Amino acid sequence: MEALKRLVRSPAAIAGLVLLLLVIGMALTAPILFPKDPLSLAGRPLQWPFTNARFWLGTDTTGRDIAAQVFHGARVSLLIGIVATLLAITIGVVIGAVAGYYGGFVDDGLMRITEAFQTLPNFLLLLVLVAVFASDIKTVTIAIGLVSWPAAARLTRAEFLSLRSREFVEACRTLGMRDLQIIFREILPNALPPVIVYASVIMAVAILLESALAFLNLSDPNIPSWGNLIGTGRSVLRTQWYVSAIPGLAILLTVLSVSLVGQGLNDALNPRLKRR
Amino acid sequence: MKTVLSIEGLTVALPPGADRPHALEDVSLALSANEILCVVGESGSGKSMMTGALLGLLPEGVRATAGKILFDGEDLLTLGDAALRKIRGARIGMVFQEPMTALNPLRTIGDQIAEMFRTHTDLVSAEITQRVIDLLRDVHIPHPEEARRAYPHELSGGQRQRAMIAMALALEPRVLIADEPTTALDVTTQAQILKLIRELQQRKGTAVLFITHDFGVVAEIADRVAVMQRGRLVEAGRAEDILKRPQHLYTKALIAAVPPLVPPPPKAVTAEPILRIEHVSKTYRKGGLWSRHRRVTHAVQDANLVLPRGGTLGIVGESGSGKSTLARCIVRLLDPDSGSIHLGGTDLARLSRSAMREQTRRIQMVFQDPFASLNPRRRAGELVAQGPIIHGETPAKALAKAKDMFALVGLDPDATERYPHEFSGGQRQRIGLARALALEPEVLVADEPVSALDVSVQAQVLRLLADLRSRLGLSVVFITHDLRVAAQICDRIAVMKSGVVVEEGRTAEVFGAPRHSYTRALLASVPGRGWTPPERSDVLLAAP
Repeated sequence: MEALKRLVRSPAAIAGLVLLLLVIGMALTAPILFPKDPLSLAGRPLQWPFTNARFWLGTDTTGRDIAAQVFHGARVSLLIGIVATLLAITIGVVIGAVAGYYGGFVDDGLMRITEAFQTLPNFLLLLVLVAVFASDIKTVTIAIGLVSWPAAARLTRAEFLSLRSREFVEACRTLGMRDLQIIFREILPNALPPVIVYASVIMAVAILLESALAFLNLSDPNIPSWGNLIGTGRSVLRTQWYVSAIPGLAILLTVLSVSLVGQGLNDALNPRLKRR
Repeated sequence: MKTVLSIEGLTVALPPGADRPHALEDVSLALSANEILCVVGESGSGKSMMTGALLGLLPEGVRATAGKILFDGEDLLTLGDAALRKIRGARIGMVFQEPMTALNPLRTIGDQIAEMFRTHTDLVSAEITQRVIDLLRDVHIPHPEEARRAYPHELSGGQRQRAMIAMALALEPRVLIADEPTTALDVTTQAQILKLIRELQQRKGTAVLFITHDFGVVAEIADRVAVMQRGRLVEAGRAEDILKRPQHLYTKALIAAVPPLVPPPPKAVTAEPILRIEHVSKTYRKGGLWSRHRRVTHAVQDANLVLPRGGTLGIVGESGSGKSTLARCIVRLLDPDSGSIHLGGTDLARLSRSAMREQTRRIQMVFQDPFASLNPRRRAGELVAQGPIIHGETPAKALAKAKDMFALVGLDPDATERYPHEFSGGQRQRIGLARALALEPEVLVADEPVSALDVSVQAQVLRLLADLRSRLGLSVVFITHDLRVAAQICDRIAVMKSGVVVEEGRTAEVFGAPRHSYTRALLASVPGRGWTPPERSDVLLAAP
């Protein structure tokens, strides 16, 4: 509650929250404002924005409504962002918590695996995963989650390393508590704030990763994602730049909003700033 | 005597929202040349704020609103930063509590002392080097030439504090402010540092303002004493007057809370042992496969101890003596390398992890740090109820039991809904005690349970512990570095040094006729050992 109060006191966090609510609003109203399939042909291709009242953001190279695609794309981007982030955080927290709590060989083993993932450029790994396991939206989301967890694991591990030697953890052990309960019910709530903050970074990156895949025509072509729209506009980039620029702006604002909220969360949850 | 520094009607305001409006209220003090003035107080008494005000180093949002601090005819409160910088270090020296954090770890000791000269004088570097070596010799650091080139981590805590003192005295300031300079040190080191401060002060005629919470230290070093309580100066006077005949109720309470070094008459203890520690050893190994990097620390070596049923066994020793390691071996937070720990008929050292979990209801532990030992995200009641729940009690019954436990340790049973940060240090330690006792253990292992507490709170918790011990028939292993506390609460005492139990016996015997030279050294180092607090008659303890 206290943290929430501090969060709304920061102007940057407020701006982020407003932007994010706007994007969420777009996602929620998409089926009402644009009930037709956004990928269906709607009119003459390559109409500039604000020239036709029916397509106020214009149409793309195949004559699809850009506004409809942007609104529906918000659903896809947010969905991919949230699901991939949850997946990455879950994997990262479990691996980091176990490694940090037990230390020794367990830690060494798990951290070498983490490093193996970290040293591979995650976009390349993502390309390989998508190439091998087809590129429908489910696979893409899972693949993004799978390449994004190492940093979360390292963060959780660092928190656990400092928390596990605290006396309250020793007290739990002397009470006869089982390790799993100590890790997940006693230590984890104390280790979570920085991980929650980092989740916003993962979410922003997940949205970007999906767009990058789509730009390379490797994402699911049957969904109206912002990346797909940018990919479509690539061939007319020099003449009809708005096709790529409009969804690009949407991505920019969404990622910005997520990271502003994340920054605000960081300030709100960081105990060192509490006294200010 | 000539007054060097005088504080007149100093009032320091705290920012709005603090627990009280003023950190200091109308404090007047005079420090004369060639004397040691001890400012005594518990945490929150404002004694550290006073040094902050003196040096213009108050925390953000805190400022002096009234009064004067006169030093050499100038009011320090009116001086700007540049003028204050000329005074700090050169004319008012400062020694802090923790020498490790007060020194820069990346620069050598000699370099840091030399900086004093480089900042405040025009000496050339050869002269500075010679001065530094002289200073290090003055503070009795062995091999001053080599110590000059050493980094802070290469010196022991006592040597680091000596280096800090050398630095503070480098420019022969007329005033030295020492803020709890021996609190972080072991008792034998503390005795040496106190002697050093006294010696240098007399040789150079420095006026020393010595901040401390420990009346033993006061008895050891003070010429005059000022007692602070919640930002007010409640009593000031000559050391022997205050120590022997305190006038103010708070001073009386503080002095009464200092445990006397003389053990009370022994009580009858059965010979029947409840806990037998036999040949327990624990070794830490560090480093890789190559012997050059390998470090072996024998934390506990072949410890043999017996805890009689219903008795209290004190384990005393300095930091690094292995007393905490031994305590953690007993409750199996650490696995001993060898030896056996018999609790009744069970050898705890040989139990598997899951079998040990079963046995935890018979042996429980109380921890040192009242802030770190309670999970900040759980309610106090939950923390106490956890143990019974783990051992098969229903949550409803366990919570009811937690309320009983709260009443038992002198806390309000309705406070179970609150979070740990809403309690004071002493209250948290009571929660820790309640948590341990909720399992109705036969043996309680207490690892420095009162050393993080203020002296008046410490006395309350010790009294509670003694009371519970007799009411519940507890047997207690009591780890402490404080011989005064050990004298009061323990039936038997074991003295540990570098992992070895060097002496063990009845408390009265260990204190009255110590056999081992180290025990004698420890006893001789207890600050204020020559001072017997006045009869603790009708003195009531001040409310925390």
